[in-house]
Amino acid sequence: MRIEGKGLIDRAHPVRFSFDGTSYGGYRGDTLASALLANGVRLMGRSFKYHRPRGPLTAGSEEPNALVEIHGKTNQTPNVRATVQEIFDGLEARSQNRLGSLKYDLLEVNDLLAPFFSAGFYYKTFMWPRAFWESVYEPMIRRAAGLGRLSGKHDEGAYEKAWAWCDLLVIGAGPAGLMAALTAARAGAQVILADETPILGGRLASDGGMIGGEPALVWAAAVEAELRSLPNVRIMTRTTITGAYDNGTYGALERVGLHRPAKANLPRECFWRIVARRAVLAAGAMERPVAFPDNDRPGIMLTSAVRTYLNRYGVVPGQRITIFDGSETGRALARELMAAGVQVAGIIDPRPDASSLEDCPVHLGAEVVGSRGRLGLSGITVRKGAETFEVETDCLAISGGWNPTLHLTCHMNGRPRWAEDLMAFVPMEGAVPGLVAAGAAAGRFSTHGALAGGQAAAQGALADLGFKVPDIALPEAEDAPCQPRALWAVAAEGRAWVDFANDVTTKDVRLAAQENYRSVEHMKRYTTQGMAPDQGKNSNVAALAVLADATGRSIPETGITTFRPPYVPVSIAAMGAGGRGAGFAPQRLMTSDQASRDRMAPMIEAGLWYRPSYFPKPGETTWKEACDREVMMVRNAVGVADVSTLGKIDIQGRDAARFLDLVYTNTFSTLPVGRVRYGLMLREDGMVLDDGTSARLGENHFLMTTTTAAAGLVMRHLDFVHQAFCADWDLRFISVTESWAQFAVAGPKARALLNSMLDAPLGDVPFMGLASVPVGGVEARLFRISFSGEEGYEIAVPTRYGEALFRDLLARAETMGGGPYGMEALNVLRIEKGFVTHAEIHGRVTAFDIGMAKIVSAKKDCIGKAASQRPGLSGPERQQLVGLRSFAPLTAGAHLFRPGAVIGQAADEGYSTSTCWSPTLNCWLALAFLTDGRARLGEQVRLVDHLRGKDVVCDVCDPVFLDPDGGRMRA
Amino acid sequence: MPELIAKEAWQGQAAVTRAGLVLAPLQDRPIWSVALFPGGADGAATALESLGLGFPEPNRWVSAAEVRLVWTGRAQAFLMGAEPPAGLAGHAAVTDQSGGWAGVSLSGPAGPEALARLVPVDLRPGSFPAGAAIRAPVNHMSAVILRTGPETVEVWVFRSMARTLWHELTEVLARFEARATVAG
Repeated sequence: MRIEGKGLIDRAHPVRFSFDGTSYGGYRGDTLASALLANGVRLMGRSFKYHRPRGPLTAGSEEPNALVEIHGKTNQTPNVRATVQEIFDGLEARSQNRLGSLKYDLLEVNDLLAPFFSAGFYYKTFMWPRAFWESVYEPMIRRAAGLGRLSGKHDEGAYEKAWAWCDLLVIGAGPAGLMAALTAARAGAQVILADETPILGGRLASDGGMIGGEPALVWAAAVEAELRSLPNVRIMTRTTITGAYDNGTYGALERVGLHRPAKANLPRECFWRIVARRAVLAAGAMERPVAFPDNDRPGIMLTSAVRTYLNRYGVVPGQRITIFDGSETGRALARELMAAGVQVAGIIDPRPDASSLEDCPVHLGAEVVGSRGRLGLSGITVRKGAETFEVETDCLAISGGWNPTLHLTCHMNGRPRWAEDLMAFVPMEGAVPGLVAAGAAAGRFSTHGALAGGQAAAQGALADLGFKVPDIALPEAEDAPCQPRALWAVAAEGRAWVDFANDVTTKDVRLAAQENYRSVEHMKRYTTQGMAPDQGKNSNVAALAVLADATGRSIPETGITTFRPPYVPVSIAAMGAGGRGAGFAPQRLMTSDQASRDRMAPMIEAGLWYRPSYFPKPGETTWKEACDREVMMVRNAVGVADVSTLGKIDIQGRDAARFLDLVYTNTFSTLPVGRVRYGLMLREDGMVLDDGTSARLGENHFLMTTTTAAAGLVMRHLDFVHQAFCADWDLRFISVTESWAQFAVAGPKARALLNSMLDAPLGDVPFMGLASVPVGGVEARLFRISFSGEEGYEIAVPTRYGEALFRDLLARAETMGGGPYGMEALNVLRIEKGFVTHAEIHGRVTAFDIGMAKIVSAKKDCIGKAASQRPGLSGPERQQLVGLRSFAPLTAGAHLFRPGAVIGQAADEGYSTSTCWSPTLNCWLALAFLTDGRARLGEQVRLVDHLRGKDVVCDVCDPVFLDPDGGRMRA
Repeated sequence: MPELIAKEAWQGQAAVTRAGLVLAPLQDRPIWSVALFPGGADGAATALESLGLGFPEPNRWVSAAEVRLVWTGRAQAFLMGAEPPAGLAGHAAVTDQSGGWAGVSLSGPAGPEALARLVPVDLRPGSFPAGAAIRAPVNHMSAVILRTGPETVEVWVFRSMARTLWHELTEVLARFEARATVAG
C-alpha cells in the first residue's frame, strides 16, 4: 500500500514492470521489493530447503529471502535481491526455486518432511549405497534445494573492470560517511565516497531526524551538493565495497546498467579496484532478526526495513501492523505509521519496564511465540507471562538489536571484538591497515556519534597523510545513549529460523552442539548456516549466540566465523570483464599474417602468436594432404616459413660471451664472430629449460634465439641469472623479437631462391654461418641454419619490411616449384630429422635423456650443471629419447611396453611425445622416451594408447630418421 | 633490383573519436634502446649531448625538438625519433627497436579515466605529470606510457599486439561513451 506524500520516489515517473508474468506499476526510485509491496505482493520467493513461502526480511543488500531471476533479451540473472534491484520500464522478474507456481510450489512437500531434513541429514541418510551419492542423491537434492537458474548460454552482456585511486576512501554515505567525506574534501584530499544505494544519506533517508537544526535530509543534500561541486571528490553510488586487500586495495562492484533497460555497450556492472591511502568504514549497522517459531512468513520483516519502506519508498507492507521490538526505534516506527494513517495493532515489547504510553496497544514483557498464514502473515501468537493471546496482523516488524557492519575489517584475518556494553561485535582497531571504522560500524549508534566518528576518522587520516585538518563545526544531532539489548531467540516450541537464506533453525544449531560440533566453525559447516548468498549477514551472530547457549559458553568464548570477501555476491562476469573470447589474451600477429590468411591458411595459436597451420591448395580436402605436399616441396624444391615468433635476444657487453657460457651448457666464448652455434639451457634444477641457436655478431655482441613458447621464460631466466649472480658484469640484453621479421628458406633450391632475391649473389656461407646481405635495398641478416634437415637459411629484415619480403619470396618460390609451408609441415620435417621441441623438452627431461649429455661441457660450470649430475638423473634407468617406426598410425601421449608384457602401470616403460606420417619415408614416425632406450635400438616395443584405442608394435630406432650424417643440411 | 616495401604498424588505420576522446595511431619512428653499461653513464651523457638530451631519471622522459629519450628500465632508455649519436658504443648497449613497437595517442580530459579500465597506474596529471613515463601493463600487454601533453598520453606496445591494443582501447571508449550518455 502506497502512502501519499511519503517517500523519496519520483512520482512524476511511473514505471511498469512484471513479476512472474503479471504487470505492475511503481515509480522511479523503487526497488522491486518496495514496488511489489506497494502492490500488495508479499510473497516473493521460496526458501532454499523447505520451499517455505518467503517475502523480504530487509530493505537492503543483506536480503536473505527475496531472491529473484531477472530476465532480459540476452541475459538471465539468478539470485538477484529484490531489495536491491531498482525497477525500470520493461523489467522482467521471475520467482525462483519452485516447481509449479510460486503460490503452489510442489516442493512445499519438503516442509512436511522437515523432520527428516534436519542439519546433516544427507550425511546420514544418503550414505548407502555409496555409488548412489553422485548419480542419484546429489542431483535429486540439488534439484530440490536450489536457487535461481542460469540460462546455459554465454553471457553476452557488456561488463567493465576499472581502477581508481584516492587519498581517502569513504565506505558508506550515511551521516558518518558524509561527515568524513566532507572533512577530507575540504582539506583538498582526493576522496572517493562509495555507497551501495542510489542515493546518499544512508539511514537518514529512512529514519529522518534533525541535524544542525534542520531536517537531516536537508543537511545531507547540502553536503552532497558541496561534495559534487568539488573536483577532488568522486561520488560512486550503486557501488558496494566488496573486499579489503593488501596495500590499501579495495574491491568494489558498481551496478552501472542493471537498473535501466539494456543499452548497447553500456556495462551491466563494473568491478573496481580502488587503491586508497586511507579508508573510513562508515557502513552502518544491520538489524538482527529474532528467532521465534514460524518467524519466516512473508510479512515479517525487520523494524528498520518497515521504516525504510515507509519513509523512503512511501510504502507500508500491511494494513494492521504489529511491532516486536524492545527499543525506541520500534516506538518511533509505531508513531510514524500512525501519523501516516496506518493501524498499529500492537507493540510487543520484551522490556517489562518500558513506557506503555502510545496511541496503540503496548504489551510490555511480552514475546511473539508463533505466527499464522499460509502464503503471508495473518496473525501472531503473543505470550505475556503465563498468558498467550492471538493478534490479527499482516505485517510484523521485529528487532533483536543491531550488528555493526564490520565485515571488511575481517578481510585480512582480523577478528572482531565482543563489546558487552553494546551486546555486539565491534571492529578490532587496525585489523585492516589504513582503515578506521566510524559511526554505527564502530558501534556508535547515535546520529551525533556517527557525525563525530566520521569527522574524527577523516581527521586522523588527513593528519597521517600530511594534510592540514580543516576546522568544521560539528552540527547538532541526537545523541541518545545506546541501550544494550539482544534478543536472539524466544524460548518456545517449534521451528525458529536463524538463517533464513539456508533454512537453518535454532534446532539445527542445538543439534550440531548435541552432536559435538561445538566449535562455531564446525557448527557452521554442519548446519550450513551462513553459507547462502547472504553469507550469514543476518544470522551469524544469532547462530553463535544460540550455540553459546547450547554449549554453556559465553559469546566471546564461542567466537565468530570468518567474514571473507566478497561482502556481496559478485558476478564472475564482472570480475572477468574483458576476458571473454579474444579478450582472454593478446593476439600476436606476424608481419606475414595477412598474406597467410589471404592464402586461406587456418591459423593456430602458439605462445599468443597466430601461425599458419598449412596452406591449402585447390582440391586438397584435408590438412594432411596439404601437409604431405608441403613436406615434399621442402625436401625436393624450396619452402618458405615465417619463423619471426622465435624469441630473439640481443646480448651485448664485454662479459656477453662469459654470460652465455654461464647460461648455456656448451661453450660460446670460443665461437668465432660470424658463426652460429646450437645451445642448450638448463634450469637451476638441472632439467632442460630451452634450446636454440646463438650467433656471434661481434666480439662483444650475440644474438640468441629461443623457442617460440619459451621466449618469455628464457628472458626471465636471463634476467634472473644476471641480477642474482652477475649483476656487476659488463652486460646488457634486450628482446628484439619484434624488431625483426625472419623467414626460413629451406630445400635444395633455397640458395637459388635467395640468389634470385638478393641484391648480390650469396657468397660462401658455411653451415652454421652468418652473413649480412642486402635485399631490396635493405640490409638483412642471413643465418645458415636448418630445422628441416635440408639446406636451410633464415633471413631477417627489420619488421616493417617483413610482409613485403614474405610475399616476394613466396612469389619467387612458387615459380621455382616451391611455396609456403605451415606448422604441420614444419613439425613433420623436424620429427623426420629428430629435432626436439617442447613436446620433448617438457620440463622433466635432462640433457642425458635427450642424448645431449655430450654438450654439457666438462670444462666449465653452467646454470643447472651441478643439479643435473645428481644421482638418478642419468643412466640406464632413465627414459631416453628414441625414434619409433611403424606402418600403422602412431599417436603422441601413448605408453610403451615390452611385447608380451602385462599392460599396466608396473610395466610402463615410457611414452611417445611427437608423431607424424612421414611422406618422405612412407611410414609413421614417433619420438618417444623409453627406459634405457639408446641401448635398445633395433628392438620392438608395444605402443598402447588407451584414450584413442591404439595398440601397435613398432621398431625402436635412432631418433634421427633422415640423413643422420647431415649431408643435406651441409650441402 | 626493386626495393622492399616498408609497412607502418598502423598502415591504413584512421583515428577514432568517441566520448570526447581521440584515439590516434602514431607514425613509426626510429626507436633505439640505450642501455648503459656499468660505469657508462658519463660517457653516454657526453655522447647524448649532441642531441641536447640527458639520460632520464626513472619514470621520466626528456626531449629536444622531435627527439625523445624515455626511461624504460634500470639503466635503460629508448631513444625515439633519431638515430643514436656516434660515441655511445662502449658506454651503452645500443639496440635497434624501430618497427618493433606500435604507439597510439589518447587525447581528451577523460583520457586517464578511460585508461584506468586497462592500466593499474594512476595516469591523472596529478600523479602522472608532464615528463612522466612508465612501463605498465595495458590489460595483458606490457607497454611504455608517456604523458605528452596536458590532456594527451601515448601508449606503446609490441607491434605484434597492435590489433589487440586497438581493439581493447576502442572497446573501452565504446563503454565510456555509453556511460556518458546515461550519466546522472
